[in-house]
Amino acid sequence: MGLLAYGDTGWGDELFFATLMTIAVAAAAMFIGFFLAAIFASFKLSKSKTLNLIGSFYTTVFRGVPELLVIYLFFFGSSGAVMYVARIFGYDGYIEVNAFLTGALSIGIISGAYSTEVFRGAIQSINKGQFEASQVLGFKKKIYYYKIIIPQMLRLALPNISNVWQITLKDTSLISVTGLVEIMRMSYIAAGSTRDPLFFYSFAAVLYLFLTFLSLKLFNKLEQHYSKGY
Amino acid sequence: MDLMIESLPRLLNATKLTIELTLLSLFFGIFVGVFFAILRTSKNRVFYFISYYYSYIFRGTPLLVQIFIIYFGLGQVEWIRESFLWIVLKEPYSCAILAFTLNTGAYSSEIFRSAFETINKGVVEAAKGLGLNRSHTFFKIKLPIAIRQSLPAYGNEMILMLKGTSLASTVTLLDLTGVAKHIISTTFRPVEVFIVAGSIYLIMTFIIHNFIKFLEKKYSY
Repeated sequence: MGLLAYGDTGWGDELFFATLMTIAVAAAAMFIGFFLAAIFASFKLSKSKTLNLIGSFYTTVFRGVPELLVIYLFFFGSSGAVMYVARIFGYDGYIEVNAFLTGALSIGIISGAYSTEVFRGAIQSINKGQFEASQVLGFKKKIYYYKIIIPQMLRLALPNISNVWQITLKDTSLISVTGLVEIMRMSYIAAGSTRDPLFFYSFAAVLYLFLTFLSLKLFNKLEQHYSKGY
Repeated sequence: MDLMIESLPRLLNATKLTIELTLLSLFFGIFVGVFFAILRTSKNRVFYFISYYYSYIFRGTPLLVQIFIIYFGLGQVEWIRESFLWIVLKEPYSCAILAFTLNTGAYSSEIFRSAFETINKGVVEAAKGLGLNRSHTFFKIKLPIAIRQSLPAYGNEMILMLKGTSLASTVTLLDLTGVAKHIISTTFRPVEVFIVAGSIYLIMTFIIHNFIKFLEKKYSY
């Protein structure tokens, strides 16, 4: 138990902050994913064939290519892209892009591909009469989307959003290859300096189990809350 | 463009290992999955709990943690290093397959379990009424229905496993992702390599997807 002591003698505080980092990256990625999903779900549902194609391309690529490959693309590609832009503005030095940002972005894009499908499915499963009724009642498109369609959609999508969150949370472990100090990276450092990988990786597993357990409980509460009227 | 053509043979060569890892893990994973699905439906509380917690733990933690525990963690235990298990655990190749098998086994056990649970009771009763014995009922009636039921979900699991094998690169294996990373880190041209390696993965996903669709059609009733 001495290995987990709080303070300078053990790894307790380091692992605690690493856990917070995991939650922060996962939340940021989920947020980026929702933003992308809102755009691409509307693409997939639109009547334009080109937009449909763009939407399908996005979800197919980022659900079909391994997460690790996407992370490598962003990890090695982002500073190159930023430096390219900087050179246009006359700056010639080396720029390193923050590991948190590249991590959240790469996981966010993957998470967004899953969320797109969830949003699309939820909107499609809303009864057509709802759309027609809102039109007959003379609501503007913006208003009936925000007041009528989206609240119903969220209730239907909640179980699947919970799944996407679990996937996103577990995917953050892969960001450790870029050096961002989250649970996996911290365990790697601790395992290396104490030569006790079995203990630290098992403890990492316990931390992840705790996080997935906790989020499942939270989502169950939310589901109960949003299905009150039904 | 030059780099894309230049790197293609090396990436295709590495694809062999990716396919090998995927097929072997899925093959062993089916047995693990069916085994734990049967345990799960058993009336014995102990069997039920073993199966429940096995699938809970392997589905609730990232695959990366599982590989690291098996590859880096277990080698640290003295008695494992002295036992016959060490033959399996000293090689990154067999460690990766072990981790993938246990991971996909956990997901498949849930898929198979729910497939067995959705079998209509009347069908089983009809089999009893016709005087079929237990093994006949299982192999001739329940299993074919369960296989058909679980096909769509199992197809997804196959694709997830294909993507999962990319983690073999974290334990020094040179699979498709491992070689792609190596080329990226020596040339610093991530986009070109990503397009080639990504396309290879997409082609494989496409093949799995259509294979499952074909099976679904063949076994539809």
